Amino acid sequence: MRLTIDHTTRYLYEQPQRRITQSLRLTPAQLKSQKILSWDISSDGAQIGARFVDGAGDVVLLLTKGTNVESVEIRVQGVVDTTDTAGVLTGLKESIPPLAYLRDTPLTAPSEALRALAADVGAGGHDGALSLAHALAGATRDRVDYVIGATEAGVPAAQVLDLGQGVCQDHAHVLISIARLSGLPARYVTGYLHSDASGEAHEASHAWAELFVEGLGWVGFDPANRCCPDDRYVRIGSGLDALHAAPVRGMSFGAGSETMEYSLTVSLGQSQQ
Amino acid sequence: MSTKPVFFNEMYDGDAIRPAYAKVTKWFDDLGAETLALKKAEAEALFRRIGITFAVYGEGGSTERLIPFDLMPRVFTRSEWDRLERGVKQRSRALNAFLWDVYHRGEIVRSGRIPAELVYRNEAYEPAVVGINPALNIYSHIVGTDLVRTGPDEFYVLEDNCRTPSGVSYMLENREIMMRMCPELFRSARIAPVDSYPDLLRRTLHEVAPAKCEGEPTAVILTPGAFNSAYYEHSFLADQMGIDLVEGRDLFVDGDFVHMRTTRGPQRVDVIYRRIDDAFLDPLCFRPDSMLGVPGLMNVYRSGGVQICSAPGAGVADDKAIYTYVPDMVRFYLGEEPILKNVPTWRCGEADSFKYVMDHLPELVVKEVHGSGGYGMLVGPASTKAQIAEFAELIKKNPSNYIAQPTLALSTSPTFVDSGLAPRHVDLRPFCLVGKEVRLTPGGLTRVAMKEGSLVVNSSQGGGVKDTWIVAD
Repeated sequence: MRLTIDHTTRYLYEQPQRRITQSLRLTPAQLKSQKILSWDISSDGAQIGARFVDGAGDVVLLLTKGTNVESVEIRVQGVVDTTDTAGVLTGLKESIPPLAYLRDTPLTAPSEALRALAADVGAGGHDGALSLAHALAGATRDRVDYVIGATEAGVPAAQVLDLGQGVCQDHAHVLISIARLSGLPARYVTGYLHSDASGEAHEASHAWAELFVEGLGWVGFDPANRCCPDDRYVRIGSGLDALHAAPVRGMSFGAGSETMEYSLTVSLGQSQQ
Repeated sequence: MSTKPVFFNEMYDGDAIRPAYAKVTKWFDDLGAETLALKKAEAEALFRRIGITFAVYGEGGSTERLIPFDLMPRVFTRSEWDRLERGVKQRSRALNAFLWDVYHRGEIVRSGRIPAELVYRNEAYEPAVVGINPALNIYSHIVGTDLVRTGPDEFYVLEDNCRTPSGVSYMLENREIMMRMCPELFRSARIAPVDSYPDLLRRTLHEVAPAKCEGEPTAVILTPGAFNSAYYEHSFLADQMGIDLVEGRDLFVDGDFVHMRTTRGPQRVDVIYRRIDDAFLDPLCFRPDSMLGVPGLMNVYRSGGVQICSAPGAGVADDKAIYTYVPDMVRFYLGEEPILKNVPTWRCGEADSFKYVMDHLPELVVKEVHGSGGYGMLVGPASTKAQIAEFAELIKKNPSNYIAQPTLALSTSPTFVDSGLAPRHVDLRPFCLVGKEVRLTPGGLTRVAMKEGSLVVNSSQGGGVKDTWIVAD
């Protein structure tokens, strides 16, 4: 499937800022499931540099802009040919050992309820890690309804499970937490999702989880949509949780509040421009 | 029936004074009680004036206090020191090789010599720097190795400090004071000088400037600020090296580089000797609430625009559980036999060790794996039954959080107490610099347990300091 992505994010500042610094994890890797035909990240008036590839195989860039900054706009445009690999991640050059993805972060720290959920799923009896991983993803969705607006960004998995409602970020955090409790390395993945009319409600700027299955490697699970990522998905980057995987992690120096607006289209076929 | 341990007395061999201490003992004897009392008071006053009143970093002491300075130096002969020096340098090389390895292919783990879980699930293992190549592949540029002596030729390493070991300002200031107190001794005894340390540190920092650096590198010391317990040391070292002492807010990232705000405009910074923990270095990579760091610093570091000393992630090598494998690292990376011994250590997370430790608590020292500074530890022989029982409960709750070691018979060095000179237990922290070369200043920080019989030398637990002399044989 050929997907064209046009994604603009705009940060507006109530008062001019002395300096803006943002770490950008916005570049998809070449994978068996996705061939990047073109990809461009631009920002008027800001410097984009300090490029490196991290141990998870993600290209990371740094955006800096000073002085008297009233707004920052980042535009991402790209064309990707996708292939369905049933969620199995193949072709990523990464070097972080899977064991490092068993650690907790504040967003994925276990609670009694998360432990109980992991234990419940584990008690079901599973034929290997892959079947366990599917069961964990299913249980996550059973316990957390898809409700837009029930949670803000950055709610810990424990709280999400108590609430029983959330969006893709929340589903991913709950799944990551119970996967780690079950001994499966797990991580947070960001990306884009092409929405077709028949699909369940979902966001075009999307997030899911990857679980490490011995013998198979990393496998994606999208609990929000009860499926594994297929050719509607473009994978951007990963991390221990939403904070570490964030496409844009930034900081501004100056007074006043910040508002963010964005426009995103993930469309079929070649770009119209 | 209990047997009293025999402690190695560094000054006396039976009734005879060992050669290392001959000159200094005679000098103090000749001085007479009255002059000595004056000297002691003068040394104390000097220390106060200099203002070394901080607790050693990481040891928690929030209130400033004066750390007792003992006028009697701790003395090694050159031949004793030569062996120590070879051992410390060997260990520093092995620790750096280990750090590079575990952030790349992890050969030592693949070979089965160190359990993968211990390394990769370690809190101090930093996924954000996997695959990154620091300049010269060095992660720990200043290694502080804590050593104790138990016999004429027996030294044990208590722990390695690969992040930001502190205390080197004591090494320099103690010497400064001793040279003022007894200049005659420095003329007659051949005592190896330590005053080249700041210059060697500066040279080391320059040697690890990133490839992108043009011309003479600019190095700075990054401090958390004046409220930090080791701030004195930070400003002292900056002053001694003639480089800038900065806080996070003095630095900013622009494009591919880090810059320092100066009165003459922004200046590019190539090497940062940071005295703040990894977690606070960069809110865009680590703790988002950190106000001490520099946003984007880790991006610049990882893209090769600046060197951070020690490199982020270096802490995985000085973890107390990893410590037990350092002799294996020496053999694996260097193909050499370790010159310095490790203290035998039981890892409470292992079933057999756990059982042994629980059965022998009264004779063991138990430490938290991530603890430091003499907090969260049990010294079995010095504890009451109730204290031991209480600690046993803590271990049971989380065994893998603890390691246990036998109570070592720490050597004693003569120390001035109210009644005159008396043996007190000591340890030693030399400071090894790792750049293009591995360098060790002949000396270090000797810490002394001022309380009679006490084996805890930490300043937070009433320890004092001494000058450390290396004299010609």
